[in-house]
Amino acid sequence: MYEGVVQDLIDELGRLPGVGPKSAQRIAFHLLSSDPADITRLAEVLGKVAEGVQFCETCGNVAEQEQCRICRDERREPNVICVVEESKDVLAVERTREFKGRYHVLGGALDPLSGVGPDQLRMRELLARISSDEVTEVIIATDPNTEGEATATYLVRVLRDFPGLTVTRLASGLPMGGDLEFADELTLGRALSGRRAL
Amino acid sequence: MHLRHLQLTDFRSWEHADLELGQGPIVLIGRNGKGKTNVLEAVGYLATLGSHRVSSDTPLVRHERERALIRAAVVNGDRELVVELEISPGKSNRARINRGAVGRPRDVLGIVHTVLFAPEDLSLVKGDPAERRRFLDDLLVQRSPRYAGIRSEYDRVLRQRNALLKSTGKRGARAAADDPYALSTLAVWDSQLAELGAQLLAARLDLVADLAPHTAAAYDGIAGSPGGEPDKSAGITYRSSLGSALPADYGTPEGQRADVDILIKALGDAVVESRESELERGVSLIGPHRDDLEITLGGSPAKGYASHGESWSLALALRLASYELLRDEAGEPILLLDDVFAELDRHRRARLAEVASRAEQVFVTAAVDEDVPGELTGVRYTVDEGRLVRE
Ligand SMILES: Nc1ncnc2c1ncn2[C@@H]1O[C@H](COP(=O)(O)OP(=O)(O)O)[C@@H](O)[C@H]1O
Ligand SMILES: [Mg+2]
Ligand SMILES: [Zn+2]
Repeated sequence: MYEGVVQDLIDELGRLPGVGPKSAQRIAFHLLSSDPADITRLAEVLGKVAEGVQFCETCGNVAEQEQCRICRDERREPNVICVVEESKDVLAVERTREFKGRYHVLGGALDPLSGVGPDQLRMRELLARISSDEVTEVIIATDPNTEGEATATYLVRVLRDFPGLTVTRLASGLPMGGDLEFADELTLGRALSGRRAL
Repeated sequence: MHLRHLQLTDFRSWEHADLELGQGPIVLIGRNGKGKTNVLEAVGYLATLGSHRVSSDTPLVRHERERALIRAAVVNGDRELVVELEISPGKSNRARINRGAVGRPRDVLGIVHTVLFAPEDLSLVKGDPAERRRFLDDLLVQRSPRYAGIRSEYDRVLRQRNALLKSTGKRGARAAADDPYALSTLAVWDSQLAELGAQLLAARLDLVADLAPHTAAAYDGIAGSPGGEPDKSAGITYRSSLGSALPADYGTPEGQRADVDILIKALGDAVVESRESELERGVSLIGPHRDDLEITLGGSPAKGYASHGESWSLALALRLASYELLRDEAGEPILLLDDVFAELDRHRRARLAEVASRAEQVFVTAAVDEDVPGELTGVRYTVDEGRLVRE
């Protein structure tokens, strides 16, 4: 145990996902030896996060304005929507440079153990988009794990009633039990181009 | 196959253990509680990524340490691989093959095969269905490693589905069973359960079909009086929660191989049928997690009927059958005999010794030398106070 604020800092850092006690300590001492200006900048960013982050009204991605950069971009194909669990998955798919359409961020996956059902996800917003826009294809890019598969199954069930809508799922090749975010660009790119219709 | 070298670090009672090994019998002699079973447990872990004694990894790590290490040089024919497993409870375990990191520990499954026979095996015959399901699944994973993934996926789906049944059923099972919205969410988990469950079920049925003749033959060999005919014959039958919805000849040596698509349909239908009782009880009542392996002797169920001696013979027969099956299919497994000779009568002891003495490699533990049959002389270690001394 360290005294006072140093231990507080270590404790707070240690609550972050993927940060164990040892890493927390390392990060804390890194911060202690950093330029005060760097720390102030970090504090300011965290302060803004606490005030509330905006999410894109259309797709649910994190955004600086009412709409995210991708939804505002006229060059993106409006008729293909790639459905992902989290904003970090948008970045993962963007890195592949394979995809020219738009996104829909569900905000998670079906997970009854954590009390997450369709109502807790941005499902209704997705259906509204599909009904109103000129969407012709939905690509389901949920994580290749139990909850992601269940979410994909659910989506297929509700989307198959839309006439003329093609629903595809990322081709396997993604390691099962994994996380889209951690798939390397090549694998994810291949999975995207080899997606199969359902 | 055999281990040429085994090294343990902070595994159970062993701060450090180093065993130079060879083909044939390896005998570990030592008083109770000195760490003999711990060594066999480590070898078994290489084959199943689990312990035969506990279901969590935590007790496998030496007190006050963070991780345990098992390293083995495995010889299979003219090939040698070094397999390393790092067990760190609460974090993800890691594996290396020939010092290169592999993704998941699961990827080392299939390199080492073991068949372990221990006093606890009596519960295969006398214990709960869960014991027998574990017996089947452990063997299944050795036979075909991809089922490790399917099993853990299935378990995950079950937990999710049970959580949903519980929360949905709270409002009353009848009301929920009529609510289209609740049903559309449940349907997702129904289909996950049916798809994964069918794969596991099909593989178990085929396993039982293949194991049954070996079991009958092994029992004859153990129980049959020398020269005479055995009075009763042993059988195994898979009992599915599908009941009569399961094609009758599945899981029998004469029948057809189980068809996954037919089982997906059967499970899906059965789940819909039991919707209300599932919602009422808040648990999944249909699926391979509710199944059992019925062991019979002379046509009647062994559980509750077989004598103590007969139960021992049946447990031993199941293990020897596993050994024969793996030997036919996957290369000769390493035989692990933990403290069993003292439990067996003369005839059973001789029969087991005969099989063991022909094994490519067999680990035998006993408290005293007198408990080890004469045929099984080979490398001998004495085990005492955290030390292994080779003689
Ligand atoms: N995680 C652990 N850390 C330290 N000691 C352990 C651990 N697990 C078991 N032991 C010790 O190992 C001993 C039992 O070893 P075991 O191999 O079962 O004995 P035996 O030689 O009778 O087969 C006990 O003394 C127990 O306290
Ligand atoms: Mg023991
Ligand atoms: Zn957007």
